[in-house]
Amino acid sequence: METSDSIIIQTEKLEKIYPLGPAEIKALDNVTLSIAKGEFLGLVGPSGSGKTTLLNIIGSLDAPSSGSAAVLGRRIELLTHKESSRLRNEHIGFIFQTFNLLPVYTVYENVEFPLLLQGIPSAQRRTMVMQALEWVGLAERASSKPAQLSGGQSQRVAIARAIVKRPEIVLADEPTANLDAANSHNIMKTMVDLNKELKTTFIFATHDEKVISYLNRKITLFDGRIEKDEITGTAR
Amino acid sequence: MIAFLWKGIMRDRSRSLFPILIVTTGVMLTVFIHAYIHGAITMLIQTTAHFNTGHVRVMTKAYAKEADQIPNDLALLGTDTLLSSLRKQFPELAWTPRIRFGGLLDVPDDRGETRAQSPVFGFAADMLNGNSPEWNVLNIKNSVVRGAAPSKRGDILIADDLAAKLHVAPGETVTLIVSTMNGSMSVKNFTVSGTVRFGISAMDRGTIIADLADIQSAMDMENGSGEILGFFRDDVYHAEQANDMSIMFNAQHEHSASEFAPVMGTLRTQSGMADYLDLIDAYSGIIIGIFVVAMSIVLWNTGLTGSLRRYGEIGVRIAIGEEKGHVYRSMLVESVFTGFIGSAFGTLLGLAIAYYVQEHGINIGDMMKNSSILMSNVIRARITPFTFVIGFLPGLLATLLGTAVSGIGIFKRETAQLFKELET
Ligand SMILES: Nc1ncnc2c1ncn2[C@@H]1O[C@H](COP(=O)(O)OP(=O)(O)OP(=O)(O)O)[C@@H](O)[C@H]1O
Ligand SMILES: [Mg+2]
Repeated sequence: METSDSIIIQTEKLEKIYPLGPAEIKALDNVTLSIAKGEFLGLVGPSGSGKTTLLNIIGSLDAPSSGSAAVLGRRIELLTHKESSRLRNEHIGFIFQTFNLLPVYTVYENVEFPLLLQGIPSAQRRTMVMQALEWVGLAERASSKPAQLSGGQSQRVAIARAIVKRPEIVLADEPTANLDAANSHNIMKTMVDLNKELKTTFIFATHDEKVISYLNRKITLFDGRIEKDEITGTAR
Repeated sequence: MIAFLWKGIMRDRSRSLFPILIVTTGVMLTVFIHAYIHGAITMLIQTTAHFNTGHVRVMTKAYAKEADQIPNDLALLGTDTLLSSLRKQFPELAWTPRIRFGGLLDVPDDRGETRAQSPVFGFAADMLNGNSPEWNVLNIKNSVVRGAAPSKRGDILIADDLAAKLHVAPGETVTLIVSTMNGSMSVKNFTVSGTVRFGISAMDRGTIIADLADIQSAMDMENGSGEILGFFRDDVYHAEQANDMSIMFNAQHEHSASEFAPVMGTLRTQSGMADYLDLIDAYSGIIIGIFVVAMSIVLWNTGLTGSLRRYGEIGVRIAIGEEKGHVYRSMLVESVFTGFIGSAFGTLLGLAIAYYVQEHGINIGDMMKNSSILMSNVIRARITPFTFVIGFLPGLLATLLGTAVSGIGIFKRETAQLFKELET
């Protein structure tokens, strides 16, 4: 782990409770955790252990029931809608299991979208989009539609979309679940490169051994609690 | 950003073309139905005015009591004086005396024996005066099928179907047998100048039109007439104005205790027309209301399903950092766009069809064959200023509201929840 001055995510006794009829489900239970800049970290654990829930709270898509989460110095549980969308827009990239590209837009336009939200001028957008597409090796497919791409290519476009704005943090929920082994390694390598080159912090939620083999830190969740927190150091 | 959203709308047909088509169809039908029903009502009122009650009608008090039976023994006398005073007092209307009567039409053969015979219903109208409003009101010139309109005393027009039944042709002589005002029988010969068709089944079966003076003499009604009809010059019934006039006129004659004093009735107050008109108004209101509501529900639903279908896209946009408010506003703008285009197209198409039906009409003659309603067989739509908005506003508002309501779901749901719905 890094020194405390480079900590960019800090959670304190995080709890997330979902009502379930008369009872309730503790999706997260007493999760205290710090993540430093540049980590390549994975949340692992069985299905239902709270990986997605934790990722969503860090990404300010969801609020904790109690406890606190600070991301880049902002208290997630205190943010307004506006502030949290701004945080996501400027500092966090998302990668999903199902790619979630916007089907009516071209590869180029999908990657351009986050920059449009930031109001970046068009010439600068073009440079940034093309560079992001080159990182993921899809520059020549800029004008394709998502339907014309393979799963691996689609996920690489999604990666380009997540990193085009150079966010500090990328959150990836089961990014390889819909990909074959070759494609999984391929996109993991791309992300490792980006992690080294741009010092982007990557946080994965995954069961995939292939993903786990690239991590330099592995946090195992069980029933919403942190069970193990190990440095693996493979990627570096 | 606007260009980006615009591309989305244009490329995704389920966001542009389909909603627009649905709005267009709904609005078009509403516009047309409205114009058509309005046309039918207008025509019914017009026909009633032309052939029955006028816009206003002056009769004796006694005649008015049983006007439906056309009691000519209670007719107005001294028509000329009354007519000129009406023309002076209410110059905004065209006034004309008319006698309606029942009788028997007899077609003699060469030897004067009866060859054919039929009961007839007659209009005695002021036709020999070229300025008479009757030319327009009874639409005489356009209704002539064979022969010509009457041009001299002793001329008569008979319904074309009746002429066919009796085997009479223009130029032949017919005998009219009527009872006089005093109850005795009177026989008078006429020359058939032509045959007419009104396009109103109830009238085409057995109507004749004779000159007023001829019938006055045949019925011993010199200077008398059953009724004096008043018509607004634009041929449109102005209910309030008609009502004011009748109140004013009747107040002037109130003091007279005579049963033969004149009284003025309006189209609305005569022969049960008030109930009838109210009923029609209510029904047409309901029909149009149902249409507008049904259309609104369909459009609402289109708006709803449209936005539900897009939860996934919306979830991604929000995750990437678009504000919920911005997403919501962009959906509203989009629905205004599709709603506006669809409503505009629908109104244009609806108006075009309505215009066609206004010019050409739809023939419902088969339905009216045995009807006694004075209603034209050809129903024409009628476009009014209201036709322009009856479809447009609901079309636009329903689309907008449907989207607005469904979009509220975006706010109600936790963002993470939008996501789960998108992942499944
Ligand atoms: N919206 C919700 N309402 C109720 N319970 C929920 C909701 N979302 C998640 N849960 C519950 O919270 C717990 C943690 O869910 P979570 O999605 O974080 O698990 P996960 O570790 O991501 O599992 P998987 O590996 O299957 O994706 C589960 O028991 C789940 O049923
Ligand atoms: Mg999960």
